[in-house]
Amino acid sequence: MDQFTLNLLFVGASFALYIGIAIWARAGSTSEFYAAGRGVHPITNGMATAADWMSAASFISMAGLIAFVGYDNSTYLMGWTGGYVLLALLLAPYLRKFGKFTVSEFIGDRFYSQSARLVAVICLIIASVTYVIGQMTGVGVAFGRFLEVDNTTGLLIGAVIVFAYAVFGGMKGVTYTQVAQYVVLILAYTIPAIFISLQLTGNPIPGLGLFGEHQASGEPLLQRLDQMVRELGFAEYTTHHGDTFNMVLFTLSLMIGTAGLPHVIMRFFTVPRVSDARWSAGWALVFIALLYTTAPAVGAMARLNITEQFWPEGVAGEAVSVETIETSPDYNWMLTWRQTGLLGWEDKNGDGRIQYYNEKSADMQTVASERGWQGNELTNFNQDILVLANPEIANLPGWVIGLVAAGGLAAALSTAAGLLLAISSAVSHDLIKGSINPGISEKGELLSARIAMAVAIGVATYLGLNPPGFAAQTVALAFGLAAATIFPALMMGIFSKKINNHGAVAGMLAGLVVTLVYIFLHKGWFFIPDTNSFTDADPLLGTIKSTSFGAVGALVNFAVAYLVAGMTKETPREIQELVESVRIPRGAGSAQAGH
Amino acid sequence: MSEEKSNNAYWSANIRLIVWSLVIWALVSFGFGILLRPLISGIAVGGSDLGFWFAQQGAILVFLALIFFYAWRMNRLDRDHGVDEQ
Repeated sequence: MDQFTLNLLFVGASFALYIGIAIWARAGSTSEFYAAGRGVHPITNGMATAADWMSAASFISMAGLIAFVGYDNSTYLMGWTGGYVLLALLLAPYLRKFGKFTVSEFIGDRFYSQSARLVAVICLIIASVTYVIGQMTGVGVAFGRFLEVDNTTGLLIGAVIVFAYAVFGGMKGVTYTQVAQYVVLILAYTIPAIFISLQLTGNPIPGLGLFGEHQASGEPLLQRLDQMVRELGFAEYTTHHGDTFNMVLFTLSLMIGTAGLPHVIMRFFTVPRVSDARWSAGWALVFIALLYTTAPAVGAMARLNITEQFWPEGVAGEAVSVETIETSPDYNWMLTWRQTGLLGWEDKNGDGRIQYYNEKSADMQTVASERGWQGNELTNFNQDILVLANPEIANLPGWVIGLVAAGGLAAALSTAAGLLLAISSAVSHDLIKGSINPGISEKGELLSARIAMAVAIGVATYLGLNPPGFAAQTVALAFGLAAATIFPALMMGIFSKKINNHGAVAGMLAGLVVTLVYIFLHKGWFFIPDTNSFTDADPLLGTIKSTSFGAVGALVNFAVAYLVAGMTKETPREIQELVESVRIPRGAGSAQAGH
Repeated sequence: MSEEKSNNAYWSANIRLIVWSLVIWALVSFGFGILLRPLISGIAVGGSDLGFWFAQQGAILVFLALIFFYAWRMNRLDRDHGVDEQ
C-alpha cells in the first residue's frame, strides 16, 4: 500500500471515529449542547480542554520554531503553559461561581454596562479571527502535504472542509468527541517522537532523551547539536542570542493571552463545582504538558537529523549529492514536500551536491569561498513543515506517517471549527441579538451566525495565503490581543471593586487600540502584505516586537482603567456585593444560559 | 466570628496564597528560565545547563505542581472558613 492511500486511511478512520462518537453521545443523552458539560469529570474536562486548546500552532508549528531557533523560542513552551497557572489562580473558580456561559456576559454584568459587553465582544471577535488566520496557515500545510498538492490548493480545500465541519457544528460541543481528538492528537505527536528518541538516544521518553546521550557519537545530544550547527555558521542551539527584554515580554504576553482566550475560559464555566474548576485547569495542563514536554525534544532531534542528512559525513566531509536526494528512499520526504512549494533546493555552484549552511555568517563566507560554495543551496525550508515531515525524515514506518497526518488535521480542524463557532455566536447572539436588533427571530439569528462564519473563514483563508508569519507566530498575535483586552478586564472585575463601567470600557478600548495599531504597523494594516511601516527586526519601540506587545497593551489597559475609574462615579453597592459573592465558592448553582 | 470577618480572613488567606504561588511561577519561568539563567549556568544538566532545562521543561513541571497545590490548599481553606459548596 502506498503512503498516499495509507494517509487517506488514517485520516478517514479518525474522522469516522469522531462522527461515530458524536452520534453515539447524541443518542445517549437528552441534555442539550452545553448542559452536557455539567456532568463532566474534571479529568475528562481537562482532556477536552487540551484538545480544544492545542491547535495547529502547538501541533504543527511550534516544534519547528524551536528547532530552527533553539533556546530563545522556549518562550512558546513557557508562555502557553504558564497561562494555565493564571487561569487556575485568578480566573477559573470565580467565573465558575458567577455561573454564566460566556466571557462577555460576565463583563457586561460585572461592569453593569451594555457597552462593556459590546466592547468585550468586539475584542473577542478580533482576537479569534486573528487566531483562525494562524490555524488556516497550518491547515494549508497539512492538507497540501496530505493531498500531495501545492500549499494554496491545500489551503482552499482545507477551508471548505473546516467550514463544513463548523456548520455541522454540534458535534464540536460533545466532550467525548474532543476526548477522542485528544487521544488521536497525542498519539500522533508522541509515537514518532518515541521512535526518534529511541533511534538517537536509546531513551523511550523524548523529554528525557533530549537531555540524554547521542548514541552514535557518545556525546550529550544537545552538545552534539550545538557543535554541528555551530560548524555550519548557525547560532548555537542552547545559548541565548535574542533580546532578553523582548523574550520576557513575549513569554508574558503568551501567558496572559492564554488566560484571556474565550474558548479556553468557557470550558471552566461548565464543570460541576467551583473546586472542580480549580482541578480542571490542572488536569488540562497535565494533558497539554504531555505534548509540551515532548515538543522541545522533537525540535532538537529533528534539527539534528536534518543536519546529518545534508552532511552525512559530517561538515568536514562532502555534502549530500543531488543524485542521492532524487533516488535514495531516505530522502523521499524532500521530493514529496517539494510538491507543496514549502521546501526547495538548488545546486547553485553546479557541483552535484547540496550545501546547507548559514550564508550570512562571515566565517562561513570564508569557508564557502575556500570550498567553492556559492551560497546556501537549501533555498527554502518552511519551518511549519517540520513536525509533519519529521517521521519521514527519520524513516519511520508508513503507518506512523499516516497517524501524524490524522493528528495534524485533528488539531487544526478542531480548533479552527471551534473558533468559527465562537465567532459566529458572538456576532449573532452577543452583537446582533444583544444590541443591534434584539427582536431578531431565531431563524434570523441562525442565518446571521452562518454568514458570520462564512465571512470569517473567507477573511482567514485570504490572509492565510499570505500569512503575517508562521502559524504559531500568527497565533501569538491573537494571544497578544486577548492579553491586552480580556484578561485585564476579567482580573480587575474579580480582584478590584473599584473598577467601574467607565474604567473597564476605557481600559479595554485603550488596550485593544494600542496593541492592534502596534501589530498593524509591523505586520501590515489588516495584515495586508507590504502596508507595514516597521518590521519586527527593527521595531518601533526599542526591542519590543509586535508579537510581544500584548503585555504592554495589558499594562495600558490596567493603567487606563484605574485612572478613569478614579475620576468617575463609584461602583454601585449591588455590584460590590456581586464581586463579594463571586469570591466565595458557597452558593454556586449550576451555570445559567444567557438571556 | 461574624460572617463578614470570616470572609475577609478567607479572602486575605487566598490572596496570600496567590501571591506566593505567582512568585514561584515567575521565578521558575522569567527567573531561572530567562533572567537568572547566567547565574545558574554552572549547574550542568545533560548537555546544557539548569536554566535551559527550566526554560524547556522544568517550568512546565513546576506550573503543574503549583496548580494542584493551589487547588488542594484552597479546597481545604474553603472548608476551614465554612465557605465550601455543600
